[in-house]
Amino acid sequence: MTSTDYELSNLGVLEAESIFVIREVAAEFERPVLLFSAGKDSVVLLHLARKAFAPAPVPFPVMHVDTGHNFDEVIAFRDATVDKLGVRLLVASVQESIDSGRARELPGEGRNRLQTVTLLDAIAEHRFDAVFGGARRDEERARAKERMFSVRDEFGQWDPKNQRPELWSLFNGRHHPGEQIRVFPLSNWTELDIWQYVLEQGIELPSVYYAHTRKVVRRDGMLMALHPAVTVADDEEVLEMSVRYRTVGDASCTGAVESTATTPVEVIAEVEASMLTERGATRADDRVSEAGMEDRKREGYF
Amino acid sequence: MELLRLATAGSVDDGKSTLIGRLLYDSKAILADQLEAVERTSAARGDVQTDLALLTDGLRAEREQGITIDVAYRYFTTPRRRFILADTPGHVQYTRNMVTGASTADLAIVLVDARHGMLEQSRRHVFLASLLQIPHIVVAVNKMDLVDWDRGAFESVREEFRRWAGRLDVSDVTFIPLSALHGDNVVNRSPNMGWYEGPSLLHHLEEVFIASDRNLIDPRFPVQYVLRPRATDYRGYAGTVAGGVFAPGDEVMVLPSGFTTTVASIDSADGAVEQAFAPMSVAITLADDLDVGRGDMICRPGNQPHRSSDLDAMICWFDDNAVLTERSMWVIKHTTRSARVQVRDLRYRLDVNTLHRDESVTSLGMNDIGRIGLRCTVPLMFDEYRRNRTTGSFILIDEHTNATVAGGMIIGPTES
Repeated sequence: MTSTDYELSNLGVLEAESIFVIREVAAEFERPVLLFSAGKDSVVLLHLARKAFAPAPVPFPVMHVDTGHNFDEVIAFRDATVDKLGVRLLVASVQESIDSGRARELPGEGRNRLQTVTLLDAIAEHRFDAVFGGARRDEERARAKERMFSVRDEFGQWDPKNQRPELWSLFNGRHHPGEQIRVFPLSNWTELDIWQYVLEQGIELPSVYYAHTRKVVRRDGMLMALHPAVTVADDEEVLEMSVRYRTVGDASCTGAVESTATTPVEVIAEVEASMLTERGATRADDRVSEAGMEDRKREGYF
Repeated sequence: MELLRLATAGSVDDGKSTLIGRLLYDSKAILADQLEAVERTSAARGDVQTDLALLTDGLRAEREQGITIDVAYRYFTTPRRRFILADTPGHVQYTRNMVTGASTADLAIVLVDARHGMLEQSRRHVFLASLLQIPHIVVAVNKMDLVDWDRGAFESVREEFRRWAGRLDVSDVTFIPLSALHGDNVVNRSPNMGWYEGPSLLHHLEEVFIASDRNLIDPRFPVQYVLRPRATDYRGYAGTVAGGVFAPGDEVMVLPSGFTTTVASIDSADGAVEQAFAPMSVAITLADDLDVGRGDMICRPGNQPHRSSDLDAMICWFDDNAVLTERSMWVIKHTTRSARVQVRDLRYRLDVNTLHRDESVTSLGMNDIGRIGLRCTVPLMFDEYRRNRTTGSFILIDEHTNATVAGGMIIGPTES
């Protein structure tokens, strides 16, 4: 990182900003937790957390809100990653929320929205006061309006009209008992930044992010993988294609894209050429309505 | 690639969102699905032309009311630069959002309607940009199509600005005539205004020189967190460089204790670094075992910040539930240090339209800007905001509601 002109690259500036935010939370909160789904954003977030505290260990646990509809390779990656870094993993299960009657699954609706119940229950159980998420503002229009430190009331609700002013790098994390702060250190990163950083740092990602052959069906303009959570209709044709995922979420609502990109360099070339945003391309949950994300956030979603 | 942070501000009808939509669209930062969603909504509302403002107005209420409520962040890249754009609302009641969006900006775009000139809100935005010490200002004279691309209209805005801003602390101002609706001078030079010889807006954003805006002179390192892995002797002071350059071997002073030592190493997770400068996040180890913790400041013995419990500052008040009065108590957050402060002196409220100083006021309320004297329960290590935006800024917090009630810019220690 030697430099004679004292210039930091775009990725260097973003990394420094994220590390500052992560350290600020560790310094000011009693019980932080980092949401870790093994999706690329949360993998980068955990990588930054490790860098923020090295050579000391990451001083907080990570938590996966598991819909039960995940790809096996993603779960295996999750477990291997936390083992390697020596961080404590908590799993909050959406299935358990359904079994205990806390959450109700509606036919034809994915489990994404149900995660909110499980997440809020887990936050209450562990008394977490700061919850790191890997959300980025370039993903979606409601996210573009959220602060890095997002105050949520005791129900986890976001009030977009009543956000704290966030000036300079002075974050106000003060809160009343029962309230929580959602913290988004990757707010200023774009999808392309994430991939360029993955490349620069040699960060490992679950294999589903790279092209592989998979059985899929075309549904609503998306490619849905054959998975226990996806029921194939009689008139749907099962195709075997080379695909990869741009986001990794619940298998029942996350689609793949056709791709031959097997390395970060090839993925970057694809992202640069893409005419669709990652959520627009592959997330059924954001297609529900124009305010899909805003409505879920108001209910306590990430 | 270099990163430029910019903020946009304008009155409700100045066409700001349209300009941003145009910038994003013409620089291909908007993708097909986003444009399609906007076209759908715009058509459903019965708009004749697709309303690009819908690209940035993300909240339900914004789309329903056709207004911008909150700061929205947008990202776009050109072959020359990567941009973070904070789009801030122009209405009177949301000035706090402009300050939020503009506090870290390298450049501010202030929109002015060519037909109306510098209205109250444009003046307020220019004033806030100068108060926040945004190094570069662009006055975008919009809706030139509605004045028949008339040079005289553009020049009169420029004259008006000069008369008004002569009393303000603005260093670099660029005027650009444009039409956000039709795209003239946004990305490409306009064929309709042959008399204008300057750059298009995007060209200016790509070329404006920002490297010298950072403070590389005054070494400042607010200690954020102490790294002490168990079973080792390692003791690293984690933080983000707020000014100057640090290198191993540098003689340093730790404030407020005043002890001096030398920098043993500067570490990142990728290994030792040879020098650290703003805004790098690193960990500094010191040659001597001193008592150093969060809120302390590492500097050079020959270049120290002010160290005082009394400060003289300009503040912008954001809260509609509480007001600032003399003797009121607040929590201050300054660099990595938090403490309680009392307002000792409310010197004046500044009328941002006339720049008149009203010394008779007894309180500051929502959107007021004023000059105050504060006394802090502990000494703070600070610089003038003019000299360093990180060590010269603070926020005030209401200790009962926890709301961020004010942003402050330090003028200096209080003169006694």
